[in-house]
Amino acid sequence: MSAGQGAGPAGGGKWTVLRRREAVGPLEYTRRWWMRLTVGATFLMLYAPIILLVVYSFNDSRRNIVWRGFTFKYYEKAWNNESLIEAFVNSLAIAVVNTLVATILGVLVAIALWRFRFPGKAAYEGFMMLPIVIPEICMGVAMMAFFARVGWPTGLPWPLTLSNIMIAHIAFSFPFVAVTVRGRLVGFNRELEDASKDLGASEWQTMRYIVLPYLRPGIIAGALIAFTLSLDDFVITFFTAGPNSVTLPVKIFSMVRFSVTPEVNAASTVLIVITVIATVLAMRFQSPSRRAGGEEG
Amino acid sequence: MAEGLPIIRIKEVTKRFGQTVTAVDDVSLDIREGEFFALLGPSGCGKTTLLRMIAGFETPSEGQILIDGQDMSKVPPNRRPINMVFQSYAVFPHMTVADNVGYGLKVTNVPKAEIRERAEEALELVKLGGLGGRKPDQLSGGQRQRVALARALVKRPKVLLLDEPLSALDAKLREAMQLELVRLQHAVGITFVIVTHDQNEALSMANRIAVMEHGKVRQLAPPSELYEFPNCRFVADFIGKMNLFEGRVAGVSGEEVLVEVQGLGRFSLPGEGEASGEVGIAVRPEKVRLRREKPDEDMVAVHGKVSEVAYYGGSSFVYVTDDTGRTISVNQQNEARTAEPGVTIGDELWCAWKPRDSLLLRA
Repeated sequence: MSAGQGAGPAGGGKWTVLRRREAVGPLEYTRRWWMRLTVGATFLMLYAPIILLVVYSFNDSRRNIVWRGFTFKYYEKAWNNESLIEAFVNSLAIAVVNTLVATILGVLVAIALWRFRFPGKAAYEGFMMLPIVIPEICMGVAMMAFFARVGWPTGLPWPLTLSNIMIAHIAFSFPFVAVTVRGRLVGFNRELEDASKDLGASEWQTMRYIVLPYLRPGIIAGALIAFTLSLDDFVITFFTAGPNSVTLPVKIFSMVRFSVTPEVNAASTVLIVITVIATVLAMRFQSPSRRAGGEEG
Repeated sequence: MAEGLPIIRIKEVTKRFGQTVTAVDDVSLDIREGEFFALLGPSGCGKTTLLRMIAGFETPSEGQILIDGQDMSKVPPNRRPINMVFQSYAVFPHMTVADNVGYGLKVTNVPKAEIRERAEEALELVKLGGLGGRKPDQLSGGQRQRVALARALVKRPKVLLLDEPLSALDAKLREAMQLELVRLQHAVGITFVIVTHDQNEALSMANRIAVMEHGKVRQLAPPSELYEFPNCRFVADFIGKMNLFEGRVAGVSGEEVLVEVQGLGRFSLPGEGEASGEVGIAVRPEKVRLRREKPDEDMVAVHGKVSEVAYYGGSSFVYVTDDTGRTISVNQQNEARTAEPGVTIGDELWCAWKPRDSLLLRA
């Protein structure tokens, strides 16, 4: 037995105090080294490529291999690339129309499923969710086959040439809106609806003044999800797009086939920024404090 | 406007849910103009369903509801001359207090200036003057309930329905709110119909109470009558505390019935009816006295041993187990500060009461 051990807790010397660590509690996952390692590796795998993509969009080099200094050149180049801008405008037009229609459809579906009991409701609810789970490639092929079968007209003036892509996007994105809005409806106190009617409001007034204001955060979040999904969709768009209706993701894909230039990086970065902003907004509107009813009217 | 006219007539109303559940079973009753009426009963007795049928949120399976002489069967909730205060208060969370109160006027196209005026008036009435700009999440539970009250009263309904309005408040606030509701009802002169499972609430506020069980009205009477003259074992047991004995009728003479109860012997009490059959004999704990010696012959008496003493401040409940194992509860007033309940567990004594203080229950 050494003297140091016999000195008691107070006289144990600063070395012992420094070296002694508090035991890791059973739920303190952040203090386990293997947990930190796994989390770190996951984040690295997820975000390193994206960070690299963004960084190299500022690279002053024709090839994306070696860093040759900072420049905005390729943003300028992308901006002056007419076909790229055209694809971007197409994407925005599709996303905006898709967001409007999918949001209205999704809200109507959510309210119908919450409000009414009808034969085949469970089956309908299941079928409505299908676009969320069906592999995108299958949706794409199905859409292509469908438009070919009905003989969807091609060569229409803009923006009608985008109509088939819009329809395809609406078909796969409105269930996301419905699911988001439905989630918000679960917390709705039905006595609010009764109270509104009891005070003399009609069915429509109740919808307009009570239910819809309550749903607002859910509707906005759903709309932003629909916008994001549409803006960056590649697979389904690729199968439904014609030669005159190229969207930004499809355009980027075709550019990459020749070479990965910083111009592609620049275009992708713009897409990422728009998507991230939309997602952050969607999350803010779905945050718990908003759900609790603390939102402003 | 004469008081006493029925403002609500419920005629042979039955409500079934599906094939098996009968929530309200052939109920007929009249609610008079200007009275404070209570529907009282344990949960699941159908009182809330009955209230929701009056409000129009449920349709009767059979029967008819008349409000102010008009058949309501084809009238939707938003066209009925009644308003309701909901159990959850259902204050609209995204509107200010003033907008909440004005909502019922806004949707019926009352001019804006009038809405503001009437909303302020209603908020004054429920003592929330000056809080019109607040949001519901800045209010306490009691204040939110006042908003719900103001919101309903601003519509100047013929009847105000209240669904368990006090159940979410703490005990002190509940008591204050009981008085407040009575004051409010006097002030506005509107018929109030309240649903409650709390007998104290009903007894202290209502002019008349309908006690419900299994979808049926067991008794409809003013509070004191309900307490002193319950017409069946259920009402006797549900309202207040009651000692119940099972006995049988031994004979009838005039206005008196001779009954025989095991352990209590034979005695006569006011009543009428058949000269035979099983009956319940009931006596309130505060009508029973404790005696050290065997009481006189003219008292009903039972011998037992004190099994428990519960002290409640103003009074004490003494539980006496008699020789056959029944427990009799006795309520003793603690009239002087120094006086103890006077009995301790294990004391052997007599419980005694006047025969006419006990009740004959045939149902």
